[in-house]
Amino acid sequence: MIHRSTSFLLSFVPSAPSWTTIDENKLPKVPELTTDVIELLERLSLVEFNNKAGVDRLTKVIQSVNRLYTVDTDGVEPLDTVLEDRVLHLRDDDVTDGNCRKDIISNATKTVEDYFVAPPGNIPLMKIERDYKPDTKSDSTESDSAT
Amino acid sequence: MLSLSLKEALSRLKDGSLSAKELCEKCIDRAVKTRELNAIVTPTYSQARKQAEVAAQTWSRTGKSTTSARKLEGLPIVVKDNFCTKGVHTTCASRMLENYVPPYNATVVQRLFTQGAVLLGKSNMDEYGMGSGSVDSIFGPVRNPWKYEFTNTRTIPEGTLDTSSLLASPQSPGEALGTRGLHRSVHPGTGGSNPGLHEEGAWRVAGGSSGGSAAAVAAGICFGALGSDTGGSTRNPSSYCGVVGLKSSYGLLSRHGLIPLVNSLEVPGIMARSVDDVNTLQNIMAGTDEHDSTTLTDDRFVTSDLPEDIDVKHLHIGIPKEYHAPGLSPDVLDAWRRAADKFEQAGAKVTEVSLPHTQYSILCYIVLCCCEVASNMARYDGIEYGHRGQQELSTEQMYAMSRHEGFNEVVRGRIFAGNFFLLRRNYEQYFLKAQRVRRLIKDDFTRVFDEGVNVLLTPTTLTDAPRYDWFTAADNRTRNEEQDIFTQPINMAGIPAVTVPAGLTSNGLPIGLQFIGQMFKDKEMLTVAKWFEQQVQFENLNLDHLDN
Repeated sequence: MIHRSTSFLLSFVPSAPSWTTIDENKLPKVPELTTDVIELLERLSLVEFNNKAGVDRLTKVIQSVNRLYTVDTDGVEPLDTVLEDRVLHLRDDDVTDGNCRKDIISNATKTVEDYFVAPPGNIPLMKIERDYKPDTKSDSTESDSAT
Repeated sequence: MLSLSLKEALSRLKDGSLSAKELCEKCIDRAVKTRELNAIVTPTYSQARKQAEVAAQTWSRTGKSTTSARKLEGLPIVVKDNFCTKGVHTTCASRMLENYVPPYNATVVQRLFTQGAVLLGKSNMDEYGMGSGSVDSIFGPVRNPWKYEFTNTRTIPEGTLDTSSLLASPQSPGEALGTRGLHRSVHPGTGGSNPGLHEEGAWRVAGGSSGGSAAAVAAGICFGALGSDTGGSTRNPSSYCGVVGLKSSYGLLSRHGLIPLVNSLEVPGIMARSVDDVNTLQNIMAGTDEHDSTTLTDDRFVTSDLPEDIDVKHLHIGIPKEYHAPGLSPDVLDAWRRAADKFEQAGAKVTEVSLPHTQYSILCYIVLCCCEVASNMARYDGIEYGHRGQQELSTEQMYAMSRHEGFNEVVRGRIFAGNFFLLRRNYEQYFLKAQRVRRLIKDDFTRVFDEGVNVLLTPTTLTDAPRYDWFTAADNRTRNEEQDIFTQPINMAGIPAVTVPAGLTSNGLPIGLQFIGQMFKDKEMLTVAKWFEQQVQFENLNLDHLDN
């Protein structure tokens, strides 16, 4: 113990956190998630929010990442990949693979004569009337309503 | 015997004091006896026995003829369930891929097989790797073997361990129900399959998302394991389970056959019980792969063993002050200080450095992760593979149902968030903003390394492994923000990092410290980590009492 406390005095590890406190009041407001936005996101995602809890969670994520707003990024280029300074290897445009029809369709639920099968296309998603107002019942069954 | 390092096990196979068959049986026996940990979701024992048979014959011939054993001949390994394994279920712990059987091996898996490694099974994880506790899985949560009281040590007949029975019935109905959605909704205790014998939810989580692999290595089920690391998914559970966990430089290991989560951040992760062992496995797997254009093609990486006699005198170790973050436990802080002191006493130059954008990294990570997830998950439509909903009204309707039923709430939540950040009106403010901050984070690292620092030393996690009931009392995102705090900045920069056990806390639980290296200088970093490992002499978990 004594040895430990002596060595602490010499330590290079700081003794307290030095994080900047972010003033939440100075952050941009979380945009309101209107029914239009929710429907758009559901259409793009092809899954449903399920309930109010799903909408609340999105609001919280947005609220959290809004703190990025305080970082000065003027004149900083976006970084897509850490390999930006390298030329990626491109192989020759030759067929090196094939004859794997069986493998390709082996995981499909529905096939007909080596074709994948899809239901009729070009029919927009049915509009379901939903209300994402707060639930009165508990959210313990929120996970799987669609089964 | 099962606490041996990979290197020791191989040398015993070599000198004939241990047979590959015997070793395989021991590991299978351990896997069965530690089944409560829920580390393995698809055992491949019969395949393993066949591989071990071949290995045993090869070893017996080696030396007597020109035949020589391969580098991992007969060595049992475990692979996280998001790497494709030919003919073996690969589920990502998701209902979406519950019945998926890949027709090919991931490159890294293939390279291990080519060197004679024996696959014991696929390991449990958070669904699609989205989590940091390995609690959000269709198979139920993984339990940390440390401080775990095994209640069930009876031998389970082999027949009950086939894939179909495991897939059909997770450990208990309570678990199956509780973990389908977001773990926030799990009532504490529903995860306990043996209520009454255990204080409910008092056991420790394994960390995540590669918790099954970490628990398997710690419990002696295997000598090495594959995880994946997008924001810390290999290092976090390695730290909690007291094993070594390596995240290689981005581009060193092929991602072909690793089911993608966040392409620009993730790499295959390596877990084992010593630094030499992760180095051995990295040597075997690293290098160009024509199926992954992001793998390096030049000679910046050389495969070699790590030296035995290591001198740290000439080294400059950086201590980034921002890694003393709010919530850091006194035990971890203490271990970090002691490690820094060790380096200094051994003659290394130790200085405090600053990585000023550290605290924003996790926010940046959330945005980029959700955006890439939204894009990556678009491939699941129920037609070519994956869960297909019973809905034939229209293509769109069928897509929506398949995806809704196939993904858990965490996955769906990230898809929504990603699509929100990517909306035309938000693209600049969120996605591009995060990418700009990502550059600042990467530049922070470049600057300290340019200033002469060789390796950075930081904690891996804030605390030791949390209790399951505590962990599941908050939602997935909240836990991610705390759990990945010290690990995801490294993925932002693409550089290598390794966590090494540093000792036990007052709770008797392991904690790891993280060494961060320079791009493609994985060897230098691992050498420093090995020196630290030699000083610490960490005692691996020994579960040999289960053998009786």
